[in-house]
Amino acid sequence: MEIVLYAIGALLALALIFGAILGFASIRFKVEGNPIVDQINEILPQTQCGQCGYPGCRPYAEAIANGDAINKCPPGGQATINTLADLLDVEPEPLDAEHGQESVTKVAFIREAECIGCTKCIQACPVDAILGAAKQMHTVISDECTGCDLCVEPCPVDCIEMRPVDITVRTWSWELPQPNHGKAGLIATDRRGQTV
Amino acid sequence: MALINSRSSISQRGRETSPHTLGQNSTQRVMNLVIMATIPGLIAQTVFFGWGTLINVLWCSLIAMGCEAAVVSLRKRSVSFYLSDCSALVTGLLLGLALPPFAPWWLSLVAVSFGMVIGKHLYGGLGQNPFNPAMLGYVLVLISFPQEMTTWLPPLGLEGHNNSLTDALFTIFPLGQGVSVDAISMATPLDVLRENKSLTINELWEANPVFDGLAGRGWMWVNLAYLAGGVFLIWRKVFTWHAPVGMLAAIAVMATLFWSGTGSDSHGSPLFHLLSGATMLGAFFIITDPVSGATSNRGRLIFGAGVGVMVYVIRAWGGYPDGVAFATLLMNMAAPTIDYYTQPRTYGHRKANKGLPKKD
Amino acid sequence: MNAIAKSPAPQHLDTQSHVSRSQVIASSERKIWPLTGGVHPEENKHQSTGCPVSVPPLPKTLVLPLSQHAGAPADPIISVGDQVLKGQMIAKASGFVSAALHAPTSGIITAIENRPIPHASGMYDLCIILDTDGQDQWCELAPVADYRQLSSEELVEKVRNAGISGMGGAGFPTAIKLAPNTTINTLILNGTECEPYITADDMLMREKAEAVIQGAEILQYMLGAQECLIGIEDNKPEAISAMRKAATGKNIYIVVFPTIYPSGGEKQLIQILTGQEVPSGKLPADLGMVVQNVGTAVSVKEAILEGKPLISRITTLTGDALATPQNVDALIGTLAEDLLHYAALKESELATLVFGGPMMGFSVDRMDIPVIKTSNCLIAATQDEFPDAPDAQACIRCGHCAEACPSSLLPQQLYWHAKAENHEQLMHHNLFDCIECGACSFVCPSSIPLVQYYRASKGAIRTQEAKHAKSERSKQRYEGRLARLEQEKAEKEAKRKANAERAAKLKAAKAAENTESDAKAEEDPIQAAIARAKARKAAAAAGSSESTPARQEPSAPSQQLSAKQKELKVQLSMAKAQAKKTERALAAAEASGNGDIEQLKSNLQMLNDQVTKLQQSFDESAQSDAANDSNKNKSAKPVLSDDEKKRKVELAMAKAALKKAERALAEAVESNNESTESFQQAVDECQAKIKSLEVVVLAPPAETAITPSADAKPSAKKAKAPLSDEAKKLKIESAMANAAVKKLQRAITSASDDELETLKQQLVEAQQKAAEMQQALDNLTNGNVGEAAVESSVSETPSAGVSASAKKAKAPLSDEAKKLKIESAMANAAVKKLQRAIASAGEDELDTLKQQLAEAEQKAADMKQALEILS
Repeated sequence: MEIVLYAIGALLALALIFGAILGFASIRFKVEGNPIVDQINEILPQTQCGQCGYPGCRPYAEAIANGDAINKCPPGGQATINTLADLLDVEPEPLDAEHGQESVTKVAFIREAECIGCTKCIQACPVDAILGAAKQMHTVISDECTGCDLCVEPCPVDCIEMRPVDITVRTWSWELPQPNHGKAGLIATDRRGQTV
Repeated sequence: MALINSRSSISQRGRETSPHTLGQNSTQRVMNLVIMATIPGLIAQTVFFGWGTLINVLWCSLIAMGCEAAVVSLRKRSVSFYLSDCSALVTGLLLGLALPPFAPWWLSLVAVSFGMVIGKHLYGGLGQNPFNPAMLGYVLVLISFPQEMTTWLPPLGLEGHNNSLTDALFTIFPLGQGVSVDAISMATPLDVLRENKSLTINELWEANPVFDGLAGRGWMWVNLAYLAGGVFLIWRKVFTWHAPVGMLAAIAVMATLFWSGTGSDSHGSPLFHLLSGATMLGAFFIITDPVSGATSNRGRLIFGAGVGVMVYVIRAWGGYPDGVAFATLLMNMAAPTIDYYTQPRTYGHRKANKGLPKKD
Repeated sequence: MNAIAKSPAPQHLDTQSHVSRSQVIASSERKIWPLTGGVHPEENKHQSTGCPVSVPPLPKTLVLPLSQHAGAPADPIISVGDQVLKGQMIAKASGFVSAALHAPTSGIITAIENRPIPHASGMYDLCIILDTDGQDQWCELAPVADYRQLSSEELVEKVRNAGISGMGGAGFPTAIKLAPNTTINTLILNGTECEPYITADDMLMREKAEAVIQGAEILQYMLGAQECLIGIEDNKPEAISAMRKAATGKNIYIVVFPTIYPSGGEKQLIQILTGQEVPSGKLPADLGMVVQNVGTAVSVKEAILEGKPLISRITTLTGDALATPQNVDALIGTLAEDLLHYAALKESELATLVFGGPMMGFSVDRMDIPVIKTSNCLIAATQDEFPDAPDAQACIRCGHCAEACPSSLLPQQLYWHAKAENHEQLMHHNLFDCIECGACSFVCPSSIPLVQYYRASKGAIRTQEAKHAKSERSKQRYEGRLARLEQEKAEKEAKRKANAERAAKLKAAKAAENTESDAKAEEDPIQAAIARAKARKAAAAAGSSESTPARQEPSAPSQQLSAKQKELKVQLSMAKAQAKKTERALAAAEASGNGDIEQLKSNLQMLNDQVTKLQQSFDESAQSDAANDSNKNKSAKPVLSDDEKKRKVELAMAKAALKKAERALAEAVESNNESTESFQQAVDECQAKIKSLEVVVLAPPAETAITPSADAKPSAKKAKAPLSDEAKKLKIESAMANAAVKKLQRAITSASDDELETLKQQLVEAQQKAAEMQQALDNLTNGNVGEAAVESSVSETPSAGVSASAKKAKAPLSDEAKKLKIESAMANAAVKKLQRAIASAGEDELDTLKQQLAEAEQKAADMKQALEILS
């Protein structure tokens, strides 16, 4: 009987000691990790377009952290989905078509002759990329424009259009060599996403 | 008017980048050189062990090309394009050289088709296979048909040596009256040495006619012929000296370390090991397969050394008389790891990369 | 290799101690280090070294791309049509990393436009087009007799102004390299020219060895470098001997080393000559070295000693498609076709035209591309010379590429990862240390276009990084905006609170003094506010439901628009947009199956009905037969007569005025509790409105026909229609009276107590006058609901009078609801004004004012009622 008590006592003491060590370690060696929301937010394209159904990238990041699907971001496209899948250790899924299609990068362009200076687009722009004042012609700072589309809708005269970003000599780059069909390269059914 | 019209590489093939001139090197040339370099060894083997080797080589090459063509056409690719790189031919050729001279036709068929289809094409074809296809096929039949795989013929100059072409042909292909392989077969020197428990080395050499000079009768010349072919390939810069030297050095070092004199427990002299079995064939033609080996020079040295150590270990203490195939496959598995840790130091960097990229 | 790389130091000591020795000993003694990797492509240099460098005839046109160098494109400082002289600067450097551009000969600038440029993309870029005049007349030059009199800063400035950029191929602006932040010990001149075919530097060194040495000395002086090495491959014996001769007795070493490609790369040359490696991501200057091409040295010499900017360069013309391959001293901007024809191009044999060498150059698919500062070679190759690359086979990991790589990379690994677009692994394998020399592609037995994989991957990674940087910036901007909005809101809130407190205090004070009117004073504003808010809401609802169709007008855009037409167009497009939006909303609602459909549908129905009606009346008035689909709000623009146009303009103006007033009122209402300043502002705006309305009234008044809603609301129209000259006069008078009233009112608010009485009296008189005017005007018109309401207000408060006249003047206003809305807003404004007057007025006036307030409130309520009836 005594032995049993010793055993219990010893185990209890061990439990207390290790508990204390673990508790100490958890405080002393706490790793200030980047919160997952921040990490997700880092990956999202920050267009603040709201196509995901949330009012901005951060809210969507929070939603993803709380278990929402990762495939609701058309501006980020498949690349973003893959990176998110990598981060969250889930299977990458194709983009949810309900939220839009992945398209080329675009920036807003104001047809300045038609602009009436209503400032509505300025208020709609999530990144302050539209310049102008009441009754003055507005213009888009194309370097800052995220192509979120949000200024198009409020324009009372429909003078904003989304233009694809042109490739110039300075932004041009080589493309990966085309696989030579039927030879060593890929054939149609080899392409990613089509393999069974 | 200012357009260059006769050929626009840009319009036909998409914009192609420099360089606009290419060296004379080609996969086909590499493979052709390899094939040429095996000729001395092939001749030596044919001279010492009869026509069986030559027939095997032809038969295996045929099967290899057939397998390649079949798979490629199944995958709806251009058959002529793939066959033209001669890689299938080399695989068949090497298997033909490695198999016993009188190996029956179906044995070759199993080995080659397994190597080609499972070992190469199921991994994605040329360049994608983690294992040496020839060695995969070899190991498969070695494990499955140990008896057929260990029946070597008596070499030239010994009783029972068979240099009849028809005998060889009819033994391999049951088209007519062949010879009974069991009746004429003979253990290889490595096998004899491994089985030896009582005789000292000198006694063994005298007692068994299969030994002659430094190594086995005939085997020494076969190995020297492969060595010559290998040196030719290094001279033609088909591959670097690193892997073969690594392997041969490792075998020599291991054999020296564990030589333990000439007693009955001896594993044989370093020279014996270097000139026996498939040592030279392996060192210059098997482990130099670039696809399944290590990529950097340092990596190749390590890869070769690993094979060498493994070969000796299997020969000395393993269950098989020779271990080139097993050793190669084992090191094939280690090749990616070797690659990760033997990356060269890039110009302008103080240290070489090691391991996988760090994730942060 | 590692050992070699790590032991460079002793050599430096060695060379420095031998400075005074003759060059022969020095050059023969100097140690060289081996290049890592490298290949030996067929040299093909002998073809173009047969004859001396010649000068081709002056071309008719020069095409001068603004971006001939690494960095920002130059900024043109001439305009089309300008006459320029040879050597005159025509575009200035537009940033730190940029280079100026000079006219290579005299002539006229005929255009600044996009032209094909020598670039791998085959794209167009901005070029200055210069038509030569054949005079070849130099501008004034400023040569420096003795450069040692100038500081290195001054010399660098001269180099910068001469527009010199590296002539070896990369084209980095030379001035930047010459003003490093670190101490420079070694100047290396690159005479390697390791690429096959190219002999431009070879010929330069043969023919201008003296100039190269002079340039080297100037560069050495500018950099303060103790030693100067000129590296030349041993396949140029003539150049070597010429250079050695020229360098005799100079503190310059000619270092000869075995030919191997790519020894001419900056980093590779440093490795060969010094055994040191430029650390990844750093510059040679960090090692105390500067590398310049020999051609650049000559340009620097010419810029300093002769004052000549960089306007020409030696270019190799070679390739089997040329009958006389040679080197030429070509003006920058000469088209390739001119040069090729000069070298007797066999056009039928030309298959590939390459700018630069065969290893690193790029092919172009046309010949009207100019030679630029970096164009060291043009290869007109035949099909046999540069055959099509065979189809790429599978990589067999043979490792030949790794052996050839001068940067000790693992090209085959990079290839796998590039194929998989695995950027992480590519970075891990130091993709960006690849110098794209092409040695790996050259040796690849499988003919894999490795360099293209690397270039594409580098581009993709750069794009990715740019994207990431942008998204980071977007995030910051977004967060900044959120913070700002938050702050603005908080500020507004604080302000409002402060105002409310102040008002409460004021009221309390007044209440204490004036207990009798206490209850009223405190309740009234609240009720008034409620009434106003309601009225506003109702007005807004009525306005939004009816203003849209009311504005429906044809949509064809016209070319020349006056300011007024523009305004019309604006309204037009707004109406269009709104209709579109409604339709879109409906579509969306239908798609989503939302419950709003019914409402939206009825809305749309209503809109369409109205549009139809409007269109009818519009058609009638315009006598136009334009086909029109009213459901889609599409119609062709009918031809408007001048008269109609005029009236339309008036309509638009009135609308604008109305909008302004609305906004002002809304503002005023919102800032109800705020300071009198905003009130003042509102009053000012009202005045402005009156003025604009007066203009309208003065204009021809027969709006009945044009106003779309005329038929729909006949009563409103009728009231306006018969305005005679007399009525006009009256209106003006009434407006004037109103203005007077307002002025007075303002005076009252700002006046001191003793003046109040007088002012009051004047005000009353003015009001009286205004009322009379109104009366007279009213007699001329038939009253209607709106008018009646206005009428009542006119007699009560001056501002109401103002609004009434404003109302009337606003004849072309489309519909009654709008009118009512304005009136109610006006009434509200009046109420507010009165309230404010109450707040600031003395006791004796309080009663009168209070009464007025009550009346005004009554009016506001009336308005609201009217609105409700209407809607």
